[in-house]
Amino acid sequence: MLTITRDLYDKIVAHARADHPDEACGVIAGPAGSDRPQRFIAMMNAERSPTFYRFDSAEQFRVWRDMDDNDEEPVVIYHSHTATEAYPSRTDISYASEPQAHYVLVSTREGDATEFRSYRIIEGVVTEEPVTVVE
Amino acid sequence: MAIEVRIPTILRTYTDGAKQVEGSGSTLAELFSDLDQRHGGLRERLVDDKGLRRFVNVYLNDEDVRFISGLDTPVKDGDTVTVLPAVAGGSR
Repeated sequence: MLTITRDLYDKIVAHARADHPDEACGVIAGPAGSDRPQRFIAMMNAERSPTFYRFDSAEQFRVWRDMDDNDEEPVVIYHSHTATEAYPSRTDISYASEPQAHYVLVSTREGDATEFRSYRIIEGVVTEEPVTVVE
Repeated sequence: MAIEVRIPTILRTYTDGAKQVEGSGSTLAELFSDLDQRHGGLRERLVDDKGLRRFVNVYLNDEDVRFISGLDTPVKDGDTVTVLPAVAGGSR
């Protein structure tokens, strides 16, 4: 199960809405081993594309080094789908390589409602999990 | 002195859980071959016949080696090589 604060949930949705129709992506870091997302980091989508995303490699290096220095890990890795449902694509699954991370997908295909779902993706196996939003 | 190589969580099964290992070589390709002698299978996860796998980012000190010379990038004692999983995907 993913437990996430309302504030962080809203930040993901706002980022996805702001970048629509391109895919938005980012990370929420948290203390290593805690499973608690705390520090929101919106990442650039180096592809600037409505159908693909990729973290900019230089930005990723800095963000991952900072997490390492702070004894943090990526607790949430999120991105948006802008014309399809919030379910991991084959490409998403092939790249997923943080076994401790919650992969959050949001869909902005409907203008008035944002689908927000979370998955574990381990060795190519996708498991959806409930999302609990806390105030 | 040696070249320090930082290993991401997903590949630590090849390094007995170590976050960091050491190796030698004059290019990145040589370094990966050297590491593979002690950490069998690691090289295969980093390179294929076309070069660096698209699923990984490799940095020499703080620069992405794709913007230097890929596997031909020269390395030397005292350098740090960092491997990170590329984070990418999309709706197709």
